[in-house]
Order: sequence, then C-alpha cells, then structure tokens
Amino acid sequence: MNNWIKEEYQKRKTRTLKYHKARQKTKAMEADVPSGLYTKCPSCKSTIQIQAFVDNDFVCTVCHHPLRMRAIDRLNLIIDRNSFVEKGLGYITLNPLFQDGYEEKVAAYKEKTGLDEAYVYGYGEIHGMPCVVGVMDSFFMMGSMGSVVGEKVTKSFEYAMYKKLPMILFAASGGARMQEGIYSLMQMAKTSAAVKQHSDLGLLYISVLTHPTTGGVTASFAMLGDIILAEPDALIGFAGPRVIEQTIKQSLPEGFQKSEFLLKKGFVDKVVDRHELKKTLAKILRFH
Amino acid sequence: MNILEKETKLRELLSKIDEIDDCDAKKKLEEEVARYKQTMMKELSAWDNVLLARHSARPKTDDFVAMLTDDYIELKGDRLYQDDESIKGYLACIHGINVTIIGEQKGKNIEDQMRYNFGMAHPEGYRKALRLMKQAEKFHRPIITLIDTPGAYPGIEAEERGQGEAIARNLFEMSDLSVPVISIVIGEGGSGGALAIGVANEIYMLEHAVYSILSPEGYASILWKDASKAPYAASVMKLTSKDLLELGIIEGVIKEPIGGAHFDVEATVLEVKKLLVSRLRDLRKVSVGDLIQGRRNKYRNIGFFQRFNYDNLGGQKHEPFKD
Repeated sequence: MNNWIKEEYQKRKTRTLKYHKARQKTKAMEADVPSGLYTKCPSCKSTIQIQAFVDNDFVCTVCHHPLRMRAIDRLNLIIDRNSFVEKGLGYITLNPLFQDGYEEKVAAYKEKTGLDEAYVYGYGEIHGMPCVVGVMDSFFMMGSMGSVVGEKVTKSFEYAMYKKLPMILFAASGGARMQEGIYSLMQMAKTSAAVKQHSDLGLLYISVLTHPTTGGVTASFAMLGDIILAEPDALIGFAGPRVIEQTIKQSLPEGFQKSEFLLKKGFVDKVVDRHELKKTLAKILRFH
Repeated sequence: MNILEKETKLRELLSKIDEIDDCDAKKKLEEEVARYKQTMMKELSAWDNVLLARHSARPKTDDFVAMLTDDYIELKGDRLYQDDESIKGYLACIHGINVTIIGEQKGKNIEDQMRYNFGMAHPEGYRKALRLMKQAEKFHRPIITLIDTPGAYPGIEAEERGQGEAIARNLFEMSDLSVPVISIVIGEGGSGGALAIGVANEIYMLEHAVYSILSPEGYASILWKDASKAPYAASVMKLTSKDLLELGIIEGVIKEPIGGAHFDVEATVLEVKKLLVSRLRDLRKVSVGDLIQGRRNKYRNIGFFQRFNYDNLGGQKHEPFKD
C-alpha cells in the first residue's frame, strides 16, 4: 500500500511540475487554433499574428470576436499579478460507470492541457480586493462537468464561505459529462445547493458566462449568480442549437442563444467586452 | 426479442383464454401463461426497462393522483407567464396526510401526448412547480414529486424564457425547503427536466422506471454518433432502478407486477401508497434543520472520484502559483 502511495505521489509530482511549466509559457500558447506564428480567426477567417492576438487579450484584431481562453490565460487577465493561490488540488477522475476509453481520454486531456480537470479555483485579488475565483477550461473535454468538476465547484463555494469572500466564476462548458452518467447529473443539484448556502450567508456571487455555456452548467450554478455578466458573442443556452433544430425541424434565427439575445430577454445583467472585464468586476466588488 | 414483443405474445395467449370455453384446456393455457410470465418476462435487460418506462399504457401522474389520494384538487399556473400542462400540481390528502403533489404528465394517446408536450416542460412548468413548493413550505405540507419526463423541452420559446435559469432556480430553492420532499420516478427520468423537481430527501423508483443523464438515443449519438446503438447505450449507462440503488443514488425500489405496472395498476399504486404513508409518517417527525441538512448531505456526498492528499505525505507541499 505504501509503495503504491509513493508511486502515485511521484507520478503526481511530475505531472504537477509539467503543469507549472505549462503555466509559465502561457503567453505564447495557442487559443482556439493550431500553433505557429499565424492563426485564423474562427469568426471572420482572417489571418492574424498570434502575438498580436495574445496581446489583444485573445480577441480577434480584425472583427473583435473574443476567442475561447484557457483557464490560466483567464486568470492572468483577471487576477492581479502574483496574487493567485490555487486551491483544491489532487483530485483524480475515475471511471464510475466503466466506460470504454474514458480513462484514456481524460489522461490525454490532462497531458494536453496540463490541468487536473476542467475547473481551476483559488484565492485571488482583483485590484487588491480579495475574492475566490473559479475558472472552467473549455479545452479540457469541452469543460464538461463530471464528479470532479462538480466537487471542485462545490468546494470553491465552501472555501468562499469559509473565508467569507465573494465568488467569481467563469463558466465555459458543454454541459454535464456523459461518461459519468447519473453522477454528472447529480452534480447539478450539488453545486446549486452550494450556491444557495453561499448566498444565504449574504455573500456575493458573480457569474461570468463565456463561450460556450450550455447544458447542465447553465441549468445549475452558471445561472444562479447575484450578478450575471457575459462576454460578447458567446453561446449561452440550455439545449444546444443542433438539438433544438432537430426537435423543431427548422433553422434557428440569427443571433439565437448569443449573449446579446440573453441580455435582451433579461437573463444577463451586462455584456462586457473582454478588455473591460477586470475593471467591471472590480467596480462591482467595490459596491459590496 | 424485446419486452414489447413478449407482451404482444402474452396478450395473444390471454385473448385465447377468453375464447376457449373448455375448462381443462383453459386451465392448461393459464398454466402456460403463468410459465411464460415467469420464464420470459422476469429477467429484463436495461433496454427492456427503458421500453417499459416509456410504455403508453403505463400509469401516469394523473392516474397515480386519482388512485393514491383520498381527495385532491389541481392547482395551475406559474403566476408569471402561463400554465404548462406537462407539469401538474395538486393539493391532496393521502391517508389523512395533507401533501402537495407535483408530477410530470405524459399522455396515453397521441392527442394527450400533444397536449402534454410528451412530458417535456417549458420554463413556466418548472416555475409553477417552484411556486407550489414554496406554497407547501408556507403551509408545512410535505411535497411529493412524481418524475416522468424525457427531459426539459428543447425549443426556441423555452430558451427565450430561460429554460436553464428555471431549472437552476428550482435546484437552488429545493435544496433549502423546510418540508420533507419525496421523489418517485414513475416512468422515464430524463436529465435536467427530471432533476428540476427531483431534489428530494428520499428518491424512490418504480422497478421498471429509468433515471439517466439523457436518453440512451442521445447518449449513443453523442458518444458514438449512432442513435441506433441505444440498446447498448442503455446497458452501459446504469439507468435501471437496480443499478441506481447499488450506486446509492436512490433510497429504494417499488415492486411492480410482472410485465410492468400497467398489468396491475391498482397493485402498483397500493405499493406506492404503502411506502409513501410510512415514509411521510417518519419524515414528519424529523426536525426542519435535520431535513435540510439531510437533503444537503445526500447530494453533497454524491460523486465518484479520489483525492490525492499531499499534506499527508509530510513532504513537499504545493507551491502557490506565481505568474
């Protein structure tokens, strides 16, 4: 047994080191696109220099379309330098329903993204104001919520309750993780209950919806913020557009389920440009 | 041969019995029917359970309410937009105990199915459910929810009115209700639509009901891009009552007659009633704090993962991340 723990520890240690290395070279990483000097904007299809694009907070320099960001880039963008302390490390995703190929898939994503799971949280400061910040990474299996993500989200709210801090959560997810079946579904109830407890203590919860926020995440903690912000042009909805098209057998109107659409329908407080995001969050925090 | 084909064959045999006048031959056939039930219809695959859960003749929410209660009155509307017929709400009295019953309604024929939107609710349905739950809380009535839905309705209007928000709000508020909540999955428990009225102190399932993250068809088409692999998907998804009891998600299984609840609706309802009365009696004695805490703990502990604890190894702790 002891041996097993040691082996596992070594494995984890090397992986954590890799993780840190991956974090260090953050600025030059690819976003939605293959690596290289140039990249293509998925919205306007124009070719942009990667460096210019990274310096522009991962927003296309031509059409101003915000691209998906990794959790680490998001933290760099939002949190004050050197103030972030990651919490909730060491979770291991298992294969509760013994699905073929699930473990390999998770391992491949771990390798690729340098993350444990699709959610990172910890203590951070925004313009010197302390908060607990959680970020979902849509590059890890589309940010889907399985047991570990559900547990970590719950833990992050519990940590915020313990420290009596406001919670800021960046949602980006394709929904519940199918491979973990009923466990994934129940994470919706678990996380929502955690939000409720956090809310009952009179603490602030700001939810920021980024591209894409759909399925079980929309139907749980993402939509429960006291204040809900959204990034421009993000897909936000419960059912995916393809599912809706198949059900009603007609094509969807332009701009359906986009942030601006939700703003109009009254489900989002404000659509915030990525360059303004940190300022806006700081402003809201200052009110509380 | 799936369960529906077996059922057709059984019905053929049963109709033959009715035609025959001869006593001995009748007895022989009856024995054959009994044997057929025992051998062919007892052991069911996961897919058979899915088919039974979706069976059109299966008792629906309104049947349960009519047969389960001494007296009831239906309440409608979410007070915000409109009434959604696919979720029904009742004030009812079960064996002398006043309760609020909220159930997802499916139809038995195509007309009813259209009317109830195949059991797929719009946001106003979930908001109606929440309104009635809040009302039950005010008057200290226990809540019983009957789950029978393929899922929340994926449509344009549903999205416009905030399907995700409606479900999230239900999960949020239900976690903190000060009255006992008992959920029973009576047919198909599909995804967020089922969970939206299913955050309960205790969840029970009818023997042949299923409860899953999405339909086996959807699961197969997401994972293998082939909806026709649904029977196989059902077998790996762990969606039957037996599996979920083993996983510790539900508290108990309610027996059904051989072949499914529709073969003997009264017996099924009686089983449900027995269980409900005994559980309601017990739960009424539990204090409010314990009820809420119990419900929270139930969901807090669901999850299947490991945590590797660095602190226990005495050595290197994780260094805080620096830019």
